Amino acid sequence: MAKTGTIGDTIFRTILIIFASTILLIVVAMIYMMAVNSMPTIRAFGISFLTGSDWKPASNIFGALPFIFGTVVSSLIALIIAVPISLGIAIFLVEQAPKKLATPISFMVELLAAIPSVVYGLWGIFVLAPFLVNYLGPFLQTYLGWLPLFEGSPKGTGMMLTGGIIMAIMVTPIITAVVRDVLEVVPTTQREAALALGATQWETTKIVLGNAASGIAGAIVLGLGRALGETMAVTMVIGNSPSISASLFDPAHTIASVLAANFPEATDEMYLSALIEMGLVLFLVTFIVNGLAKLLVAKVAKDSGTAKAT
Amino acid sequence: MNESVHNRRKLVSKIMTTVTAACAIFAVSILLIILAYITIRGAASINWEFITSVPKPALDGGGGIGNAILGSAIMTVLASLIGLPIGIGAGVYLAEFGDNWFGSLVRFVSDTLIGVPSIIVGIFIYTLLVLPMGGASGFAGSVALSIIMIPIVARTTEEMIRLVPKSMREGALALGAPQWRVTWNIVMPAALSGIATGAILAIARISGETAPLLFTALNSRFFNYYIDEPMSSLTVQIYNFATGPFPNEQQMAWAASLILVGLILIINILVRILTRKKF
Amino acid sequence: MASKIKVTDLDFYYGDFKALHDITLDIPEREVMAFIGPSGCGKSTFLRTFNRMNDTIPIARVDGNILIDGKDINSPKTDVVALRRKVGMVFQKSNPFPKSIFENVAYGIRINRMHSSKSDLEDKVEKALRDAALWEEVQDRLNTSALGLSGGQQQRLCIARALAVQPEVILMDEPASALDPIATQKIEELVVELKKDYTIVIVTHNMQQAGRVSDKTAFFMLGKLIEVNPTDKMFTNPDEKLTEDYITGRFG
Repeated sequence: MAKTGTIGDTIFRTILIIFASTILLIVVAMIYMMAVNSMPTIRAFGISFLTGSDWKPASNIFGALPFIFGTVVSSLIALIIAVPISLGIAIFLVEQAPKKLATPISFMVELLAAIPSVVYGLWGIFVLAPFLVNYLGPFLQTYLGWLPLFEGSPKGTGMMLTGGIIMAIMVTPIITAVVRDVLEVVPTTQREAALALGATQWETTKIVLGNAASGIAGAIVLGLGRALGETMAVTMVIGNSPSISASLFDPAHTIASVLAANFPEATDEMYLSALIEMGLVLFLVTFIVNGLAKLLVAKVAKDSGTAKAT
Repeated sequence: MNESVHNRRKLVSKIMTTVTAACAIFAVSILLIILAYITIRGAASINWEFITSVPKPALDGGGGIGNAILGSAIMTVLASLIGLPIGIGAGVYLAEFGDNWFGSLVRFVSDTLIGVPSIIVGIFIYTLLVLPMGGASGFAGSVALSIIMIPIVARTTEEMIRLVPKSMREGALALGAPQWRVTWNIVMPAALSGIATGAILAIARISGETAPLLFTALNSRFFNYYIDEPMSSLTVQIYNFATGPFPNEQQMAWAASLILVGLILIINILVRILTRKKF
Repeated sequence: MASKIKVTDLDFYYGDFKALHDITLDIPEREVMAFIGPSGCGKSTFLRTFNRMNDTIPIARVDGNILIDGKDINSPKTDVVALRRKVGMVFQKSNPFPKSIFENVAYGIRINRMHSSKSDLEDKVEKALRDAALWEEVQDRLNTSALGLSGGQQQRLCIARALAVQPEVILMDEPASALDPIATQKIEELVVELKKDYTIVIVTHNMQQAGRVSDKTAFFMLGKLIEVNPTDKMFTNPDEKLTEDYITGRFG
């Protein structure tokens, strides 16, 4: 950047730097404020906060394991459902559908991401949960009831399965959008190479997927980041009970949902500190997961850039 | 050539084409089903009283969400007043001066901040503003929303400014104009419609946020114009109604959702039509 | 000599734009035919009609007949996948898959299940690499990434990959245009070698190249076939004034 030396330029640039720095300041302040406010439990429990499975705020016992368990399991359910569907949609949009069809469908899938979380929660309580209890739940119970995963009977007042499924719906548009973008970056010459060898459309698609592998991994990690932090809809349907159970029909609790549900009632210093510490953990985990996703997606753009150059 | 292998390959390809199309149809159907439920269950109770009055005690029936609409409007406007200048300023910095380590850092942190759960922002503001100020307020809610907005606006602004052709800047710089004039008078106006679109989409996004408001703005059952007091919002109101035990309030949650989703979808569709696939 | 590809009255359209006009041409078996002409004359488009690569462009449309071994390749009954296995193609820019050298060549064999065992697969890969004059250079690093090869090696790898599925025709779309002179020479020698077993159609910008490798040359301009003749005659005594102007460098 050439220094033109005018005072105007210096002032202008300084103002912009202040604005840009604000973003860094926000993140630093977030970490600092949460760390300071979670000191009481960090001091009192140390690492056992994360490994303890008892959560009894009234007796000042705080073990976050049930929430970590709920967060991880519900996110996994979400990914197991959402990843194949998102890949399917993205492949359909980029590799198969004519543009006239792909554009509106693409937009409609994007709109799924625009619906507020709380509205998903409302729909989850009154439509999805009854559907699962009356139809899908009994079906799973009948045919897969021998698995510990589907032990007991599905609960309309909230269960892990409902939380996972509603999350799956919510992360599908996010994963789809990223996969669609990375598939579009794969050079046409790769498709032509496969087709010219007599590959079928699906075999050609597999070549394209191979080219986009790290970007697809990035999309999945990004979806994971969203699922881990998904709050309102999950709080409304997952049952909010800090228990660790193998059955997806049992109620559960996630870090985000316990924050949403219990923060207002946490007037006691230790209780508040415990919740904020969980917030800090969630923040750091999603921050790392999102950073990783960004690096993976950036790798595809770079790789296809070099492939084009040769 | 082995005929059966050949036929099987073509069959697999056909099946997979069908499966992927089914995935797309499934996703679109979910969207339509959700929209249909919101419309059908919500439309019945939308009337003038619903839009303009405050909620009545749960079992009385009637009442409305006027205060929530007002609260959402106030907090969204205030959040935009805080978030847009900072976000746009940061975006201009990234596009015009950001090709250095500091720019890369800000870019990376923005992208990861976009993915941080919004409930975390709520907690942050709770510790930063609610605790010191001694209570929840519309102001705290607005600041929380602005934090969600800033990185989104910064990144879209940067992208839009980078679309402005280099030749445009160079033309002005060659005439001896200082950098800030070129940015302010040439580049920004050229990118204005793109920046505005990004800002509008960010506003649509924060208008649907609940988690950051839950314990920063809380809720209120009255009309409230004062930003230093707890303030109601559409989203928190929907949450409270939907998770409560009263059928008439649950019904109001559907109607409030229809209004909220309607607004957000209209904004998204309008932006889409006006920009013709820039986003 | 019998003709392998027989084109009659071919018109080709991109939407409303007519890219090829009324082309009639016979391509003989086990010979090299070169297509020359200025940029945008339709020679690549024409080449891509032989393996229906233009199918990937939604607005493309073709009229007229292309017979390969007497069969109409545009008939609804034609199996495009089988056609493309029989009519291989090498592109302007080398486009190896981001896999190992071995897997690149094995790809077509695998998808067509052309191998009876693992050792058969290895034999077939080796043969294809030998036929593409690449074996000596890569035999010690078959399992390394194909993207680590030089540009010329990558292009010969793409030729090996095409040969591995045992095609009868090989289409080459300016296969050496992105390569240095030495790599180009290797590709040209290979083309001459390959015509013993294959019918080859090569699009080239480079008239010396056409002169060195081809038996016959077809000259195109503005989507029309101007002249087709044995290469020797074309470059010494063309029938058409336009051909002479182009060859002597008056335009193009």
